[in-house]
Amino acid sequence: MSGGTFMGMPAFPQAAKAALADTRLRANLTHATHTIRTKRATAVAELDDWNDLREAGKQIKDHTLAHLDTYLLQLEAAVTTAGGTVHWATDADDANRIITDLVHATGHTEVVKVKSMATQEIGLNHALEQAGITAVETDLAELIVQLDDDLPSHILVPAIHKNRAQIRDIFTHHMHHWGRPAPDNLTDTPADLAEAARLHLREKFLRAKVAISGANFMIAETGTIVVLESEGNGRMCLTLPDTLITLAGIEKILPTWQDLEVFLQTLPRSSTAERMNPYTTTWTGTTPHDGPQNFHLVLLDNGRTNTLADPTGRQALRCIRCSACLNVCPVYERTGGHTYGSPYPGPIGAILTPQLHGTTTPLHASLPYASTLCGACYDVCPVAINIPDILIHLRERITDQPRSHPLESAVMKAAAWMLDHPGAYALAGQGATATRRLHPTELPLPGPAKAWSNSRDLPALPQQPFRTWWKKRPAGQGPHTPPAGEDTQR
Amino acid sequence: MTPADEAPVPATSRERVLGRVRAALGGGAASGTPRLDPAVRTYKESHVPDDPASVLALLAHNLADYRAGVHHCTAGDLPAVIARLLADRGAATAVVPPGLPPHWLDAVTGTQVVHDDGTLTAHRLDTVDSVVTGCALAVAETGTVVLDAGPGQGRRILSLVPDHHICVVEAPEQVVTSLPRALPRLDPRRPMTWISGPSATSDIELDRVEGVHGPRTLDVILVSSSPPSG
Ligand code: SF4
Repeated sequence: MSGGTFMGMPAFPQAAKAALADTRLRANLTHATHTIRTKRATAVAELDDWNDLREAGKQIKDHTLAHLDTYLLQLEAAVTTAGGTVHWATDADDANRIITDLVHATGHTEVVKVKSMATQEIGLNHALEQAGITAVETDLAELIVQLDDDLPSHILVPAIHKNRAQIRDIFTHHMHHWGRPAPDNLTDTPADLAEAARLHLREKFLRAKVAISGANFMIAETGTIVVLESEGNGRMCLTLPDTLITLAGIEKILPTWQDLEVFLQTLPRSSTAERMNPYTTTWTGTTPHDGPQNFHLVLLDNGRTNTLADPTGRQALRCIRCSACLNVCPVYERTGGHTYGSPYPGPIGAILTPQLHGTTTPLHASLPYASTLCGACYDVCPVAINIPDILIHLRERITDQPRSHPLESAVMKAAAWMLDHPGAYALAGQGATATRRLHPTELPLPGPAKAWSNSRDLPALPQQPFRTWWKKRPAGQGPHTPPAGEDTQR
Repeated sequence: MTPADEAPVPATSRERVLGRVRAALGGGAASGTPRLDPAVRTYKESHVPDDPASVLALLAHNLADYRAGVHHCTAGDLPAVIARLLADRGAATAVVPPGLPPHWLDAVTGTQVVHDDGTLTAHRLDTVDSVVTGCALAVAETGTVVLDAGPGQGRRILSLVPDHHICVVEAPEQVVTSLPRALPRLDPRRPMTWISGPSATSDIELDRVEGVHGPRTLDVILVSSSPPSG
């Protein structure tokens, strides 16, 4: 604490101030994450039983995972009885092949898509393109990203890194390549941009014969699929086409319809900070004369069973993809989503991607180091995933495995980034002493990396976790109010 | 059609995934019917008292908070309110589902009413200005109306394609306080649309903009037996 270490608590307010000044340069992301962070805290504070809902969500998910085989079979039977067809996919290639074949069988070459992390995870759009099928993204943000030939950077708001002027330019320059052009003299007001997207996509919805979606929840007892959304593009995709193909990870199951009473309270408040999202669609198999008459459910493993096999890592499968952990993450705020190298950015990406795909590639091995272990993600997680614990667990796994030079340098780079960004690091707080050996200072690195670590004064870890200190600090101390949402839970 | 009934073909994806799941869980075949301990449900069944007037007021507040138009009336005034909303909108056409009480439309003049017979296409509905439906129920705490394709609600497409949706909620019988009270009253085998305010997006710099693909205007009429107070 004393002794003038860079990270010593007395110096913290200055460090935090510097970090804040730095983040203002990243205006899009900072504005976005801070806005939604504050709104989320307000939405959560409306429910005085939030901790009970959070605990129940955790318990329901853990219970489901512990009996996953049984619930998968129950779901399969219920969907089949209700007129749907269930497919199983071991990995991305398997899923892409199944879906491509299903689309081919319809005889159509254009599909409309509602946002789905799972389809991004398997690279479905690319696979469809290879097979001569055009996939049209219909979420406004996904559309922006697709038109711009960019990659999404946020689970919930994939175009969070684009500001309105950039979006106007993307629409003006690219919409006509895909269909109805943007209106002349398009302004950059959000309402006008939304109107342009409405007109552009409507012609596609009205003629769509095949849709592809993900799922937020699948109810084992009834075979019901649940999709939450805001814009109505989900309803369009789930209602208008003749054929609907839904891709969902095997962990998306809930045992009963009643279980939705927990997640329909926690998910919208955690993700869009709303009491309820504008639209939720539920369907069970097929319904005569209402909605798609052909329904296919593709159940995806793609590394989930590896995750399930790890008792510590398994809790990552509770994730309901709300993105609350991204919005509070100091590292995400500074780096943006693209650095995580997968559709799952931020803290959830840092624990999920290495588990789904292993820790043998440099990128995947570096992800568990893209964190300060500050614990803000854990606090906001509506299913209480202990992300810092899993990060430490994965670091242990990585330090235990035989190393190769590229792996090492990737890990070093991730660690070095943290050290080069004292603002981010300064927000660290949780479990400092317990995890000391896993911090970058302690990495047993030979060769050039060792020289690197010897030549630098590495910041010492605070003896008192920042968050504890912050909560105990005298009123008025500190450069800004604490990030909202941090003290509402646990 | 149950794949399990087929002759054993080793290493189908289905068997591989199920095998991996079981291995991950410590091996063994599927256990008996698992049951979640009901004791985990320590959360509240409802966050507000059951007083019908305050529950209705909460529903109205939450609907309006998410930019739905909210209109109170008595059963006797309902036809006039529907007629006024259609006229104010300047709707030339309005579609209605089968089973909508015919007298709801008694006061409508100047708007051509299209009765859905199950054959209206998306393109046809795209030329219709408004839709009038009832609902299965409404949830006060979240400001939500739920349509379950029952009588007076119809196919999901009807409340989706027209740009203006008038939804009638009959209080107090169709109003519940909370989600835990709503779910037991809904049959998951029916296709459902849960609506909480009009279509919206926050995808552009997180500014909430009403109206993307679903109806950009949502009018909810709260019908109660006694005239609204205040
Ligand atoms: S890990 Fe938790 S907070 Fe992060 S997206 Fe998943 S459910 Fe949300």
